[in-house]
Amino acid sequence: MNFLDHIWLIPLFPLFGALVMLILGRRFDPQAPSDVALAPGLAGSVEDYGHHTIGSTKILVSLLCPGMVLLSFLLSIGAVIELAATAGKVHQVIQFTWLAGLPFRMADGSLARFSADWGFLLDPLSSVMILIVTGIGFLIHVYSTGYMAHDGGYYRFFAYLNLFVFFMLMLVLANNYALLFVGWEGVGLCSYLLIGFYFHKKAAGDAAKKAFIVNRIGDAGFILGMLLLFALAGSVRFLDVNAALANRTAETGFGILSVSALLLFLGAAGKSAQFPLYVWLPDAMEGPTPVSALIHAATMVTAGVYMIARSSALFVLTPETSTIVAAVGAFTAIFAASIALVQNDIKRVLAYSTVSQLGFMFVALGVGAYWVAVFHLYTHAFFKALLFLGAGSVIHAMSGEQDMRRMGGLKDKIPVTFRTMFIGSLAIAGVPGLAGFFSKDEILWQAWSSPLGSKTIFAVGLVTAFMTAFYMWRLMFLTFYGQPRMDAHTAAHIHESPASMTIPLRALALLSIAGGWIGVPKLWSVFSDGFRAFEHWLEPVFAAAYRAEEAHHEASVEWLLMALSVSVAVGAILLARRRYLARAGQQEPEAEASGLLHRILLNKWYVDEIYDFLFVNGLAKRGGSLLGRFDSAIVDGGVNGAAWLTRFTSRFSIWWDTWIVDGLVRLSAFTVKVWSYPVRLVQNGLVQTYALMVMAGLAVILGYYMSR
Amino acid sequence: MWLDTIFFYVFALLAVAGAVLTVTRRNAVHSAIWLIVSLLGVAGLYLLQHAEFLFAVQIVLYVGGIMVLFLFVIMLVNLDQAARERQFNKQWWVALACILVVSAEAAYFLYSGTDSLKLAAPALASEPGNVEQLADVLFSRYLLPFEVASVLLLVAVVGSVVMAKKRI
Amino acid sequence: MHPVTTVHYLVVGLALLLIGTIGVLTRRNIVVILMSIELILNAVNVNLIAFSRHLQDLSGQIFAIFVITVAVAEAAVGLGILIALFRNKETVLADEVDLLKW
Repeated sequence: MNFLDHIWLIPLFPLFGALVMLILGRRFDPQAPSDVALAPGLAGSVEDYGHHTIGSTKILVSLLCPGMVLLSFLLSIGAVIELAATAGKVHQVIQFTWLAGLPFRMADGSLARFSADWGFLLDPLSSVMILIVTGIGFLIHVYSTGYMAHDGGYYRFFAYLNLFVFFMLMLVLANNYALLFVGWEGVGLCSYLLIGFYFHKKAAGDAAKKAFIVNRIGDAGFILGMLLLFALAGSVRFLDVNAALANRTAETGFGILSVSALLLFLGAAGKSAQFPLYVWLPDAMEGPTPVSALIHAATMVTAGVYMIARSSALFVLTPETSTIVAAVGAFTAIFAASIALVQNDIKRVLAYSTVSQLGFMFVALGVGAYWVAVFHLYTHAFFKALLFLGAGSVIHAMSGEQDMRRMGGLKDKIPVTFRTMFIGSLAIAGVPGLAGFFSKDEILWQAWSSPLGSKTIFAVGLVTAFMTAFYMWRLMFLTFYGQPRMDAHTAAHIHESPASMTIPLRALALLSIAGGWIGVPKLWSVFSDGFRAFEHWLEPVFAAAYRAEEAHHEASVEWLLMALSVSVAVGAILLARRRYLARAGQQEPEAEASGLLHRILLNKWYVDEIYDFLFVNGLAKRGGSLLGRFDSAIVDGGVNGAAWLTRFTSRFSIWWDTWIVDGLVRLSAFTVKVWSYPVRLVQNGLVQTYALMVMAGLAVILGYYMSR
Repeated sequence: MWLDTIFFYVFALLAVAGAVLTVTRRNAVHSAIWLIVSLLGVAGLYLLQHAEFLFAVQIVLYVGGIMVLFLFVIMLVNLDQAARERQFNKQWWVALACILVVSAEAAYFLYSGTDSLKLAAPALASEPGNVEQLADVLFSRYLLPFEVASVLLLVAVVGSVVMAKKRI
Repeated sequence: MHPVTTVHYLVVGLALLLIGTIGVLTRRNIVVILMSIELILNAVNVNLIAFSRHLQDLSGQIFAIFVITVAVAEAAVGLGILIALFRNKETVLADEVDLLKW
């Protein structure tokens, strides 16, 4: 089978699964009469946990939906293997044109015609993405069959999840910006649906709306950026745009290219939760945990990174915007990491950690190290999915409890979860040898050495790395070590998750260990070139980005920085251990929650409150009252004056109306009435009269031809 | 030759006379019977034109099928009332005048066009069976219209059942 | 006696057409009107057959078959309508049904 020409099949399978589920799902899963999903912990009594019985037809859901994603995964592998064998490593399949517009004049005066195809582009970048999406997606689907087993709306969950995979694949396989936007909005929709999965909880509904609305801001930027780019390049196809941009020189100052790049970045910032649009992601944790793992950690939130990496040809030309990207990324990274330091909800810590790690990716994008950003995206997908799924397993064991202050001592009770999360935490902290180390270290090095980077960004990154290791190990120590702090009832029900959940955990743990070894730093010259396969694989995509490189740097400096980042990570782990493990006997590990800084951090820098004040209350409510006063004074005054004038003039026009205008109208009505008598006679409603008229018409026509 | 001509006039007379009587009878049952006569006459004309298949179709479908349908409906619908009423509507004289004009015009056209049609068609030399020829064309070139016609019939069946049934 | 030519058939067809038209235009009984429509369709068929023979082209006969098909469908639907009409309005007279006016 020729996989490359059948790329369209890859997204088709999950779509099929989603459609089957949406149409027939209720028959497979009839258990929930009201179709209202109950949150874990609320579902019936606590005793329900631990009984892993699946209804007879429910098994169909559990087989079909993960099976569809598995098929996509296998097809993706096949396609990628075939792609590796082709010469240019780019394969474009255009199915048909689905948007076609009128021709119009582009920015440089030449004529262009807007058209967007329904086409797929498989190149090294998108092949990495589809493998992540389908591979991790499959693992998370499997995990969900265990995790969601007791929830109502089981089929609905899988329908949305499959739909998400479909849209995500459309997003990464699209060969043009317009189709990418279809996937972009589609994953946003699925994110909305899944965040609000427990829609009877107000918090979940609010979080879903928040995610949707905040994303709108970014999407507006994306559309504008896309249209501007089209006006510049005359096409929305990636390959055409790149070709059109290839013969431009980099912009000095802030020109039109920078504007379109900045608008695209605004879109990416919304989707990938960058400051100031990150606020939706922490709230998105209201969704089920597998959703947090798949959508809000591994795949959808990295769509922004993917999109900017995809537009690298544009960002290479716009150093100003790239600097903004790096700055925003660095700020987001340290900002979110600082919040994560003190959060008590296990999923919120991970959520802020995700925001922070996305910030890292944007730093890499901003300093022009696109492959490193994708590399971090790839390793982050493993260990963050692992951590989220592990957290889900912990929550599962704790009968729905998410507050780390009421955990502790879980190490021996749920050993598989503990061990896999241990690996994940080591990986994210940046301990050498695990996946996170390679990518994070490469980002820090690029931030230091790249012409676009700076020492400041490096320093911020280093501090963030320190914070990352600290909060992750705070999480580990609070959750798994020390004395149990949960109530007796919960404690009695702690149990290891079923195999359907632990197997994905183990697989992801394995990937978190091994996944980084295809991106070993150049410095480690003992390893052959094969260990740097990731960079070489992506080289054709980011060919434009390599033009600016590469200043020579001392190897010793790089060794030194590497040692620095490793020691920072280890130091943070030790510090966390001292702080949280040494006083594990204490019942209240958050006793230090008195300092001002701590309070600010716990309240997330009051950003939500500021937004509320500025936009929600400020603009909508206070601005509303101001507008009201303006209305009653100025606008209404004008209206009243006009009304007086109108009344004055209307007296004359009444007379005119009554006698002249009405007179004319009546006259014409009368005329019509008189003349309509014969016509009305004809319209008597009898079919035969009408048929007679047809005959009369025939007679006339024939007579006309006869007389000719 | 003689026989052909005689038969033509016999059948044409049957068709036209039957038609006239169909239109003029007061009792609808009589009309139906005269219509059968007219249709048989037309069937005979088909036979004279070597359209044997259509001849059979005409008899089986029209005389056998449609007319039975008509008779059924006549029995279902109470026509005694209608038989006592006036049989022609108020516009009959206008209609008749109109038809006369049209027939005059049509006759003129027919007359003026006769020259081009004067030659009677030569008999088909050693023709294969009419049915076989027809089937050849019908199931190759006209296959799609044929299938569409079957759909039309299905729709007609469903439609008439829906309309005629008291409660669905 | 003249030999029978195509024109003879056309004259028969024309006669049937005109008689049918008279029936449609003047009769009040809808059953008879439907019969008259059958007459008109037969007139068409006679013409088609005549020309089919005249032009040595079987298409005419094919079309006659389709005309018969449509006639069957038309009769079935028309009579169905008639029954529905009779049930609802207790009449089979065409000039007592003037709902087209409204």
